[in-house]
Amino acid sequence: MSAKERLDVPIMADLADKGEKPDYLFWVGCAGAFDDRYKKVARAFASILNHMQTSYAVLGTEETCTGDPARRAGNEMLFQMQALQLIELFDAYEVKKIITICPHCYNVFKNEYPELGGNYEVITYLDFLEDAVSSGKINPDLTRFSGVKVTFHDPCYLARANNITEPPRKILQMLSVQLIEMERNKHLALCCGAGGGQMFKEAEAGDKEIFIERTEEALQTDPAIIATACPFCMVMITDGIKYKNKEESVKNYDIAELIALALGN
Amino acid sequence: MIANFIFSLLLIAAVWLFSRNVRHIAQNIRMGKKVSINDQKARRWKLMGRVAIGQSKMTTRPISAIMHLFVYVGFIVINIEMLEILIDGIFGTHRVLAFLGNVYPVLISMFEILAALVILACVIFLLRRNLLRLWRFWTREMTPWPRTDANIILVTEILLMSSILVMNAADVQLQARGNEYYAAMGTFIISDLMQPWFAGFSESTLISLERASWWFHIIGVLIFLNYVPYSKHFHIFLSFPNVYYSKLESMGKMVNMPAITNEIKMMLNPSAAAEVPQSQEEDIGQFGALDATDLTWKHLMDAYTCTECGRCTSACPASITGKKLSPRKIVMDVRDRIEEIGKYVRKNGKEQSDGHNLFNRITDEELWACTTCNACVQECPVNIDPLAVILEMRRYLVMEKAAAPGELNTTFSNMENNGAPWQFSNEDRLQWAGK
Repeated sequence: MSAKERLDVPIMADLADKGEKPDYLFWVGCAGAFDDRYKKVARAFASILNHMQTSYAVLGTEETCTGDPARRAGNEMLFQMQALQLIELFDAYEVKKIITICPHCYNVFKNEYPELGGNYEVITYLDFLEDAVSSGKINPDLTRFSGVKVTFHDPCYLARANNITEPPRKILQMLSVQLIEMERNKHLALCCGAGGGQMFKEAEAGDKEIFIERTEEALQTDPAIIATACPFCMVMITDGIKYKNKEESVKNYDIAELIALALGN
Repeated sequence: MIANFIFSLLLIAAVWLFSRNVRHIAQNIRMGKKVSINDQKARRWKLMGRVAIGQSKMTTRPISAIMHLFVYVGFIVINIEMLEILIDGIFGTHRVLAFLGNVYPVLISMFEILAALVILACVIFLLRRNLLRLWRFWTREMTPWPRTDANIILVTEILLMSSILVMNAADVQLQARGNEYYAAMGTFIISDLMQPWFAGFSESTLISLERASWWFHIIGVLIFLNYVPYSKHFHIFLSFPNVYYSKLESMGKMVNMPAITNEIKMMLNPSAAAEVPQSQEEDIGQFGALDATDLTWKHLMDAYTCTECGRCTSACPASITGKKLSPRKIVMDVRDRIEEIGKYVRKNGKEQSDGHNLFNRITDEELWACTTCNACVQECPVNIDPLAVILEMRRYLVMEKAAAPGELNTTFSNMENNGAPWQFSNEDRLQWAGK
C-alpha cells in the first residue's frame, strides 16, 4: 500500500446525506488522525475494513477528542464538555457500534460514556480482527511472519483496565509468529509511561524514563518485532528502540499493520 | 483466686481499650464522604471469599504468599487455643479442653506445628526486610517508624508462638514426671521434640516456666491486641470488609462527577436549565480532594487496611524508575492525615480545623508522575485503590487551583480550540487516508 495512494474511506456525513447508515463507526482517534506513525496504523486498519467490505464510516472532520486525557489529568469539566458534545453527535448519526484502534478511546466509550448517556457496543479493533482472521473473513498470508520472533507489549487500558489480553496473542499465533512473552506481561505488564496525560508532558525527575525501562525489558526477549496495540505505546516503544540504537534490527508494528502486511495491503 | 481476679481485670481492661481504639478508627472512616456501596451482594461475598479469605492475589509472589499463609492460618487456628487460655484464666482450671480426650493432643499438636511454621515465616520475613533489604521495604515512605512497626509485629509473633511451645514443653516434662497437677494427655508433637532441653530442670523450675509462659503469652496477646489499632497490622481485621466493598466495575472506569454533567448540559442547552430541579442547582461544592475528608469512606477504609507490603510501589512504573511517586506513600499519607484529623476533632470539636490538608503530605510532583496504569490497583492483595486518591487530588489541583503543569494546560487549550490534544486543525483529520 503506497502512502500516497488515496484510501477510499466512507465518511458519516456523506452517507447520512445519501440516507445510509453504516454498521460501524470506525473511531480513528486523535493519534490516528495526527500522529505520523499512527496514521499508518489507521490506514492499515481501514485497508482491512475495505478488504472485508465492512459497512463502516469515519466521522472525519467532525471527530474530536473523547476527552480522556483531560479527565485523567483532572480536568473533568473539559472531559464532560467533549463527551457530551460527542454523544450528541453520535445520537444524531444513530451510532450503535463503535470500533476503536486506541485503547484509551475504547475505555472511555466502553466504561465512562454510558453514565453520561452514551450507550454503544464498543469493540476494540483487536477483537474485530481476531474474529475476522479466525472465522476466515480475511485470509492473511500465514507464511509472511511465520517463525518471526515477536514480543507483545500490553496496553494498560486493554489488559488491566478492560481484561483484554488474549485477542492480540491469538492473532499473533494465527500468524504463526514465535511469540516470546516479556517477564511482566498481560495484567502485570509494565506501562509504557504515556498514560494518564504523561503523553503530553515531560516526565517528572527520576533515575530513568519509563519507556526505556519497558523497551529494555522487551529487548531482553531478543525480538525482531515489538508488537503494540496503542498509539501512545507505539510512540514510547519506537522512541525506546531508537534510544537503544536498535532501529535496524528491531521494528515496532501495530497488530493491525502485521495483518495488513500479511494481507499484502 | 487472686490470679483469676487479676486475669479477669486485665482481660476487661484490654477489651475495653481495644474497643475504644476501634471506635475511633470507625469514627475516622465515617468522616469520609458518603457513598452507598451495597449492590451485587452475592458477587461481593464471592470476591471476599476468593481475595480476602482465599488470598488469591498473594499468589503472584509465591515465597511471601506461602510464608504469609502460615502466619494467616496460624493466627486463625491458634485462636482456638485462646479460648482454652481464657477459660483457664477466668476459672483457674488447667487445660480445660483436655476433656476432649484423644482429640486434645491432636489439636495441640496441630497448634504446635502451626506455631513452628509461624516462627519460621516470621524469621524469614525479618531476614527479607532487614538482611536482604528487599527494595520495596526500603523506599522513601518506609521511614524508621513503619520499618520498626513491621519488626515489632514479627518479633511479637515469634515471642507469642515461642511461649506456647515453651509452656507445652514444660507441661509435657511435668506430665512425664507424674506431677499430680499436670495429668498425662498424650503426645504434643513439637514440644515432645523439645524435651531434651527441659530434662535437666527441677520440678519447681518447670512449674515456674510453665506458668510464666502462660502469663507471658496471654499478657502478650492482650498487649498486642491493643497495639494493632496503632499499627499497619490492623489489616487482619479490615482486609475482609475492604475487599467486600471493592470497586466491581472495570479498573479503567473513573468516578463520574454528576454535578458537572448538570452544569454542562445547561451550558450546551440553556432551555434545559429549567428542567433541572432546583436542588441540583445548589452549591455543587468543592471539586476533587483537598483533604482526607474529601475522599469517600471507602478510600479511608483502604488507608486503614493497608499493611504497607509495597507490592503497589514495586509495580508502579513511576516508583520503579525513581520518581517521587509511590502509591503506598499515598495510601499511608491518607491514613496518617485522617488519624491526625480524628485526634484533632476529638479534642477540639468538629467545627474546628487544624489548617492542614493532604497537600502538606503529598506533593504535586508525586500526583503528576502517575500514568494511571492501574498496576498498583492490580497488585494490591486487599483491593486498595491508590489511583482513586491521586485522581481526586488532581481534580482539586486542576479545577480548584488551575495548577496543572504548563504542558497539560496547553493540551487542555488545544482540546478546547481544535478538539485534539495536539495543535492541529480539525480540517486535517482525514489526511491519514492519503491524498
